[in-house]
Amino acid sequence: MEVVRRARPKAYVDPSYCVACGCCVKACPLGAIQVFRGIAARVDEAKCVGCGRCVKGCPASIIELREAEQ
Amino acid sequence: MKKRWYDYLWIASALYLTLGFFNILFAWLGLLCFFIPLIIAVVGGNKAYCNRYCGRGQLFSLLGGRFGLSRKRDIPRWMKQKWFRYGFLVFFFVMFFQMLWVTWLVFSGARELGGAVTLLWTFKLPWHWAVPAAVTPWVAQFALGFYSVMLTSTVLGLLVMVLFKPRAWCVFCPMGTMTRLICKARNSGKE
Repeated sequence: MEVVRRARPKAYVDPSYCVACGCCVKACPLGAIQVFRGIAARVDEAKCVGCGRCVKGCPASIIELREAEQ
Repeated sequence: MKKRWYDYLWIASALYLTLGFFNILFAWLGLLCFFIPLIIAVVGGNKAYCNRYCGRGQLFSLLGGRFGLSRKRDIPRWMKQKWFRYGFLVFFFVMFFQMLWVTWLVFSGARELGGAVTLLWTFKLPWHWAVPAAVTPWVAQFALGFYSVMLTSTVLGLLVMVLFKPRAWCVFCPMGTMTRLICKARNSGKE
């Protein structure tokens, strides 16, 4: 039987539009996002469970959930 | 999540606008909102002010989020693009220096103290009751000008809060854009 790898969605921040406001940091319940050096937010994929709260919280709507292979 | 002292800075922002309605000299306190983010960006190389201490952002979060005054729609694409953010920063700078120029004219005696606050760089709102009688004219003029800047940005912020997401203002906030540029310059070459 073929084993199908389950893809799990993770938050992805578009760095070219991120203004580093930090709203996503506050929205994340797991502390999986940090604003890196005041330039853009970065997601720790190991911590991210893809709940999507940062997606809703981002005022620029530049965070999306993308499926990443586990 | 446990609340920290800086989670209540929205009270300071609301208080600032309220106090300026009664005595315009309180507007000088707004300089803190100018210098603190700049100092944090220059010295610390980060945007901790935007991320933690911005009372105005917290106020928008509260009104748009908990009080449900925001439609929570996506902002238009052009509003998050560089040309708009940098263009708005330049525009804000020009208006800020124009305000400083008027203050200089009052200081030098070339112009009399005006008793109005200018909203959205256009509408003159009478504010004479908030100007104390015994005050150096240029001190009051700067206060009126600075309060105009703060009131205008708050009104714009509230407008985009209602139309789009609670903290939509943060996307093109001139202070945020400026501090991010400082952070970029300061941290360039670092990984």
